[in-house]
Amino acid sequence: MGDPTGFMKYQRQDFLHEPPQMRIKHFREFIQMLSEEDAKKQGARCMDCGIPFCHWGCPISNLIPEWNDLVYKGQWEEAYERLSATNNFPEITGRVCPAPCEHSCVCSINQPAVTIKNIELMIVERAYKNGIIGPCPPKFRTGKKVAVVGSGPAGLACADQLNKAGHEVVVFEKKEIAGGILTLGIPDYKLEKWVVERRIEWMQEEGVVFKTGVHIGRDIKVKDIQKKYDALVLAGGAEVARDLNVPGRELKGIYQAMEYLPQQNRANRGQRIDSKLRISAEGKHVVILGGGDSGADCVGTANRQGALSIKQFELLPCPPEERRPDNPWPQWAFTQKISASHEEGCERDYCILTKSLSGKSGKINKLHAVRLEYAEKDPETTRQSSCEIKGSEFEVKCDLLLLAMGFLGPVKEGMIEELGVDLDAQGNVKTHDNYMTSIDGVFAAGDMRKGQSLVVWAIQEGRSAAQSIHHWLMS
Amino acid sequence: MQNTFFPKKQGLYHPGQEHDSCGVGFLAQIDGKKSHAVVEKSIEVLKKLLHRGATGEDALTGDGAGILIQIPDEFFRAQERSLGFSLPEFSNYGVGMVFFPQEKARRKQCQSILEEITAQEGLHLLGYREVPVDNNALGEKSREAQPCIIQVFIDGKGFKKDILERKLYIVRRQVENIVEEKLQTGDRFYIASLSCSTVIYKGMMLGNQVPEFYLDIKDEKFMSALAVIHQRYSTNTFPSWKLAQPFRYLAHNGEINTLRGNLNQMHSREKSLSSPLFGKDIQKILPIIDETGSDSACLDNVLELLVNGGRDLPHSAMMLIPQAWGTKYPIGLDLRGFFEYHSGLIEPWDGPAAVAFTNGTQIGALLDRNGLRPARYTITKDGFIVLASETGVLDFAPENVLEKGALRPGEIILVDLTKKRVMKNGEVKTFYARKQPYRRWVEENKITLQGFFNDVAHATPDAEKHLFMQKLFGYSREDMKMILGPMIEKGSEPVGSMGTDTPLAVLSEKPQLLYYYFKQMFAQITNPAIDPLREELVMSLMTFMGNPGNILEETPHHSRLIKLRHPILSNEDLERLMLLNIKEFWTTTLQMGFSAYGSGDRLEEALDRLCRAAEASVSNGCSLIILSDRKLPEDLTPIPALLAVSAVNQHLIARGLRSGVGLIVETAEAREVHHMALLLGYGATAVNPYFAFEIAADMSMRNALNISISTNKAIENYIKALCKGLLKVMSKMGISTLRSYRGAQVFEAIGLNCDVIQKYFGGTSSRIEGIGLNEIAAEANARYQDAYKKEATTPSLLISGGQYGYRKDGERHLWTPETISKLQYATRANDKKAYREYADLINNQAEKISTLRGMFKFKETKSIPLEEVEPAEEIMKRFVTGAMSFGSISKEAHETLAIAMNRIGGMSNSGEGGEDSDRFIPMANGDSRCSAIKQVASGRFGVTAEYMVNAKELQIKIAQGAKPGEGGQLPGHKVTEDIARVRHSVPGVTLISPPPHHDIYSIEDIKQLIFDLKNVNPAARVSVKLVSEVGVGTIAAGVAKAHADMILISGYDGGTGASPLSSIKHTGVPWELGLAETQQTLMLNNLRDRVRIQADGQMKTGRDVIIAALLGAEEFGFATAPLVVCGCVMMRKCHLNTCPVGVATQDPELRKFYSGKPEYVINFFRMIAEEARGYMAELGISKMDDLIGRSDLLEMNEAINFFKVRGLDFSKIFYRAEKNEGVQLRCAKEQDHGIDKVLDKQLIELSKNALENRKPVKIEKPIRNINLTTGAMLSGEIAKRYGAVGLPEDTITCHFQGAAGQSFGAFCMKGLTLILEGEANDYLGKGLCGAKIIVKPPEKSDFYASRNIICGNVLLYGATSGEVYIRGRVGERFAIRNSGVHAVVEGVGDHGCEYMTGGRVFILGDTGVNFAAGMSGGIAYVYDPESKLDSRSNLDMVDLELVVDKADAREVKSMIEKHFQYTQSKKAKYILENWENCLPSFVKVFPMEYRRVLGKMMKEDEEIEREEPEFK
Repeated sequence: MGDPTGFMKYQRQDFLHEPPQMRIKHFREFIQMLSEEDAKKQGARCMDCGIPFCHWGCPISNLIPEWNDLVYKGQWEEAYERLSATNNFPEITGRVCPAPCEHSCVCSINQPAVTIKNIELMIVERAYKNGIIGPCPPKFRTGKKVAVVGSGPAGLACADQLNKAGHEVVVFEKKEIAGGILTLGIPDYKLEKWVVERRIEWMQEEGVVFKTGVHIGRDIKVKDIQKKYDALVLAGGAEVARDLNVPGRELKGIYQAMEYLPQQNRANRGQRIDSKLRISAEGKHVVILGGGDSGADCVGTANRQGALSIKQFELLPCPPEERRPDNPWPQWAFTQKISASHEEGCERDYCILTKSLSGKSGKINKLHAVRLEYAEKDPETTRQSSCEIKGSEFEVKCDLLLLAMGFLGPVKEGMIEELGVDLDAQGNVKTHDNYMTSIDGVFAAGDMRKGQSLVVWAIQEGRSAAQSIHHWLMS
Repeated sequence: MQNTFFPKKQGLYHPGQEHDSCGVGFLAQIDGKKSHAVVEKSIEVLKKLLHRGATGEDALTGDGAGILIQIPDEFFRAQERSLGFSLPEFSNYGVGMVFFPQEKARRKQCQSILEEITAQEGLHLLGYREVPVDNNALGEKSREAQPCIIQVFIDGKGFKKDILERKLYIVRRQVENIVEEKLQTGDRFYIASLSCSTVIYKGMMLGNQVPEFYLDIKDEKFMSALAVIHQRYSTNTFPSWKLAQPFRYLAHNGEINTLRGNLNQMHSREKSLSSPLFGKDIQKILPIIDETGSDSACLDNVLELLVNGGRDLPHSAMMLIPQAWGTKYPIGLDLRGFFEYHSGLIEPWDGPAAVAFTNGTQIGALLDRNGLRPARYTITKDGFIVLASETGVLDFAPENVLEKGALRPGEIILVDLTKKRVMKNGEVKTFYARKQPYRRWVEENKITLQGFFNDVAHATPDAEKHLFMQKLFGYSREDMKMILGPMIEKGSEPVGSMGTDTPLAVLSEKPQLLYYYFKQMFAQITNPAIDPLREELVMSLMTFMGNPGNILEETPHHSRLIKLRHPILSNEDLERLMLLNIKEFWTTTLQMGFSAYGSGDRLEEALDRLCRAAEASVSNGCSLIILSDRKLPEDLTPIPALLAVSAVNQHLIARGLRSGVGLIVETAEAREVHHMALLLGYGATAVNPYFAFEIAADMSMRNALNISISTNKAIENYIKALCKGLLKVMSKMGISTLRSYRGAQVFEAIGLNCDVIQKYFGGTSSRIEGIGLNEIAAEANARYQDAYKKEATTPSLLISGGQYGYRKDGERHLWTPETISKLQYATRANDKKAYREYADLINNQAEKISTLRGMFKFKETKSIPLEEVEPAEEIMKRFVTGAMSFGSISKEAHETLAIAMNRIGGMSNSGEGGEDSDRFIPMANGDSRCSAIKQVASGRFGVTAEYMVNAKELQIKIAQGAKPGEGGQLPGHKVTEDIARVRHSVPGVTLISPPPHHDIYSIEDIKQLIFDLKNVNPAARVSVKLVSEVGVGTIAAGVAKAHADMILISGYDGGTGASPLSSIKHTGVPWELGLAETQQTLMLNNLRDRVRIQADGQMKTGRDVIIAALLGAEEFGFATAPLVVCGCVMMRKCHLNTCPVGVATQDPELRKFYSGKPEYVINFFRMIAEEARGYMAELGISKMDDLIGRSDLLEMNEAINFFKVRGLDFSKIFYRAEKNEGVQLRCAKEQDHGIDKVLDKQLIELSKNALENRKPVKIEKPIRNINLTTGAMLSGEIAKRYGAVGLPEDTITCHFQGAAGQSFGAFCMKGLTLILEGEANDYLGKGLCGAKIIVKPPEKSDFYASRNIICGNVLLYGATSGEVYIRGRVGERFAIRNSGVHAVVEGVGDHGCEYMTGGRVFILGDTGVNFAAGMSGGIAYVYDPESKLDSRSNLDMVDLELVVDKADAREVKSMIEKHFQYTQSKKAKYILENWENCLPSFVKVFPMEYRRVLGKMMKEDEEIEREEPEFK
């Protein structure tokens, strides 16, 4: 630790953001990284804790205090070495991770946390800029072949690790481009696609083969894959979105977030979208159901498309501003989070249950809802029962309804059904501790195994699965 | 040892751990005239030293006492008729004092051997005399063990005295060997003395019983011109007649810390012993040392050899216990030559020692280099001398006294009865230093290598192999950052905080270096640790390589040696050595490797090969063996260097080849201080850590450090850090020189099985078994595999380590984010479920074992319902919080703990930083912030009578878990106004806690301190805090005999303060071991029922409490856990004052973040107690009392199958001696402190009017050395009534005449004036808080007081205020840690004003060496007309300047005027009369830091003054 009193001397300094009114005019990234001098100060705020709770809170166990210190000392190259030792894609987590590390940062007990995520991004982007990193194919090959299905963060991390260990890896992606949620799910203004492409190209140069537009279980039988490869990794994500079962659901103008967001990303890439199929918020009253990250992404996208108004409704109560006593540090803080998208303008409302949808000529124009009242948490089950508040019914204008209410698990038709792997109670693919499914040689990782989660968790899953697979292949 | 009265080795008890210490002395009629009066006087001295001895379980059984006198020829002649034979003339017959077995048949057998050998040696055994004894005087235990005491008379057959003496020695050694071999009588046969000039009367008794028991002594014809006396205090209460002293040539008050090494070295010298005086007989006396004797007895054995080998007695004694003579020590060149020459011959028998020695015509005494035992003497005008551990042991008419003095550190005094004169230190030493041209011999033969230790050479890192090497030798990122980084940057050892909570090496799943299976040992109580920083001048890392040859000869060739300043060889040094083309120093390099992936067998073979190769190369003439792991071929795994070194060392010792050989280790594995200490401690002569040098070079070249430094500087710093660390490791064991540390094996192994220990580390204790060679090989192979593993991409990072900071892939910790957050949540929300989860995480170690107790299991017993178990409230009263000073933790945190503990009836601990008087007053809401336990630590900060009377317990901290044997320091910038106030010091001035208590150098000293404390506050119990290590049980037994009410056994792993990392990790052992050993040893000694036991050290749960109770603890201490409850998140940055949660910081901004509350702490303790209740119900025991010591309810969890723990065996921990059945397992009665009869009882009675009405009182009393701690109890009464303010000056004036006992005026309060006409012993004015003490010689005495020592050592230790006037000189360490007293004396010994932080000292005479060491505050004025002060001061922290300031001169003069007024000092008178001439000879000793702080204050004052004129 270079400066033991850094946290007392310096304030937290976040990246500068382009002002909302400016940035909603485009889909580009709007952050401005810190100068080297300022970055050092932010690194100096890290206290090099005896127990680095951040490192514990980070799903991929990033060596946060170590690289913070190296940044403070200006040893960016060594910092990158530490960072890349645990994280395959710091340029991605550095942009999109909700940073559980910062929630468990010791500094955050009574002061703003260290800007861990920003430092991470600066380390990796600087490394790219200075050209100190680049493709480095393995020195030898083991002769083992592994197929990875799905090119989202879990599949990519798994493929990257396996390739580094000398195995031949082929990644199958059903979409036309690789990257899964990173490419098609996350809006460009949060993660510009060149970032993902840069990484995928790098992986290709190191020997990973990407086969896009190949839908395993439909285009190719899984059996054939199993025959050709020594191991198979299922990393297809949790793509089944939760739907809204209320009267009026059949109306037009209602979309899942994962229909809406990818289209805009494709459009940004320059792909032509049939105007009839185009989902745009332009000039519309938009309602988004679901208060999570996807919901926020819809807000940002709708703003950029020129929505007239945006409302984001959440079924659950508004989280508190401060941590509740039963949600102490170093746990993830269940507090209200104001994302950059929210700064760009939207009305957020809570405890709202959608009762029905109505419209004109088959197109939605109203959403009817009621307010809920929640009881105290049951200490045993920790559940909170709710009831509708009489007389609180209301309706709002709604020309475009976006559903961002979470995911129910992996798609079963096709690959999973064909394989016949065991599923867990939640409908996810069940594995042993070593990530192997009920079928020998078939592994699973990421949301497909764990259910809907964060990108950083997906990376963790991919890495851990790769380690198990390597061990299994080599023994 | 068979048939001994010591219990045999059992459980954790080991008889080898026994310690003793004592009162010692000699007296002589200088003209050699024999008289019975000398004998009578010797008995009187013994009686006066009675309080320095101890009694066991029955008050009459003493630990041993005796006298050594000249053969009372006249007395024996008077017996001739009854003897039935006539004696040859004096000195032509030998007398043996023999302890025979009581059984007649055995006795006969012994006698016939004796007769046979005597005849064989050409002498004739004249006959026997049964010594008349009266054993009614003895205690029961002593009587049971009483031998049959018979004198044997041997006709000298006309041999001359010296030759006869040697013959008798040869006879005795043979008889001893043969009797033991044939009859295995063990201790039951013992020859106390066999000589033609002296005889010893001794036994297991108290001093006053000696003349009662030995009827001879009272006979008027029983005459001698000299006597050596000894009163023993041992840690045990087992009857042993043979361990009573004096021995044949000496009586020893002290302790040999380096015994193991000394024994080994002597053993390896035996082969080369030869002397024309012995001729072939030399073989008959082997082995030289009877290892069943005590350390003192072993020393006597060697002294005997040297003397009979033809060296003079004083010469021999100086060889074995040399004074300090290093470059920093002021000493003449011839003398330095003498000591350097002899240090190449033999290593010091190092440790505190006052030794009285005699051969019947010469008698004398000497002190060790540190002068840690008192030795006071008086010489009378009528030609008599007495020297003893105390003064005042004999009464002399004042006018008869010629001189009063004391031996100073390293000094010798000699009385030659034939020359009829006393020779002082200088004369004796000069005589021997010039007996041979030692200085020239050394200069001419010493080998210096060109460039040796000049500039450190470059090390060239091999970038390509760097990572490979790191892996092969088990480096981690943490090693680089936490260990090597700071060493290279700062040249000092890294510091950390908050103890350790990682598994012991044997429990760790990560491959461990062999070093980590060893823990450093440290001195506690029986000898003091040394301060390696402030007292560096007595320490030495110098070491020699080469062949010292036969120690019975003296030739120039003996100094043909390579001299190394320290034992760390740079790469270049080693290269030069290898190229050295001198016949005596041929080198050979042996590789430390075994076949890769080989099992333990392969490793064993490789070691055997290595040993044989070493032996062969020595036989071939090589004298430097380099064991190397450099450039090992690919098919070899490195052998752990420690294993290789120790194996070769032991092998060469066994072959008698070691002493001439330099054993150098060239290793990449060793890097930390702990590693170096182990390699040297197990026999290496020097170490070349070549790879660590490369790392240093690499880090500096890559700028990987926090600062930018050159490669050379990096390596230099690293070496410096190692050397400093080594000095510290040695000093904590009280060892001064590396030459005696080498091979001393002062380590304890944890987790190594007895096969490995016996074969390679013989003599090391390892008490729970553990891994063997197979596992050691497996761990080495794991590193090998990691290094040679092929990876497809560029290698990943080095492993994290995680020993010091948590890493997910690193070493396991018990404090984790989960446990900390669960505990914090549980205690804040009072959530029992969350507590349960927390406790489960800690307790369930079935798979991941972190602690020894994690592998314990409760036996299945009949359970009882929970309701039947005593309530949690009762159990909570047994809980205490750890000693954390206000200064180390914030005021808020400190007071939270106090309030919480006071509410639940437990106790909190003030720590060593004193306590604000405000806190003694209860709060409005009924809470109290007063810490029930007040700690008395080595710094004695704020320890006043008021502080002590506000305590329920007074705790003497001997050691602390995080850094046993080390001192501490609170840097000036942390000493805020608040802290300074409670510590009675000045803000901004650094406060140093010395490593030892300077009033506890021995076991009898702690008895004295306990007595002192008990006097000040008789209502408080006195406890003693020890740290777990092998032998702590015997220490505890000694402490129990010293009347402690409670003994705290701390685990090594606890500790909240800042400490060097190597101390936190590698010193001391877990409390499970220390506690069980203590319980077992106290039980064996029948001492358990009179003392309570407490355990602490990383206690976290109710299960920990139950296990501690089962192993013997009545009370339980917690420190880290309550801090976590108060918000601590284990930042481990306490030492940086940056605690982000306001717990361990003084920063007002950070303290605002403090969020702890007493309620949380109470919740914590209640949940702990409730958890404990659950276990009690399960065990079927309703009361905690019935749980204590029930180790039979524990067993080992055999289900654990981790490969390293399979070999562990806890049976010694669970052991219960059979005789324990039905005996109390816990404290059942109170100690008898013996404070009912102190002089103070009378003083208090006589002071009634003063105490009650503040009316002046005058008292006159005689005083003797047996009146201990005079004034303390009276002061306690004053403090209780009037608080810190005390009474008005001179309210109670006590006038004493005589020699005061120890601790005269200790802790005396304001309002008290003590006038002592006579002299005083040690510790006068200790902890003085306001009183005035005046000491002057009796009116009638006419010796020049200012040249005589009239007060002892360690005066005014930790004193806070008051005035002292002493007409005369005083001993060592005057005004040590004084923080406020104004004192005038006429000369001081060594280390004067050490660690002083405040007050004024006026010295009207000269000072000893190392004056003002560590002095950070206060001012000393020294009258130094000969300008010697400069060379004798330690100038690290002070400036010397003339007294130019008028105010200063006024102050000096007025104090001298007062001195004259009070004492009528002639010296004062002279100075005052010649004031203008004398003033320029005064030197002002001004601490730099103090000056800075004062300067700041003055500026502020000045500003105020400057403002004033404007208002005119």
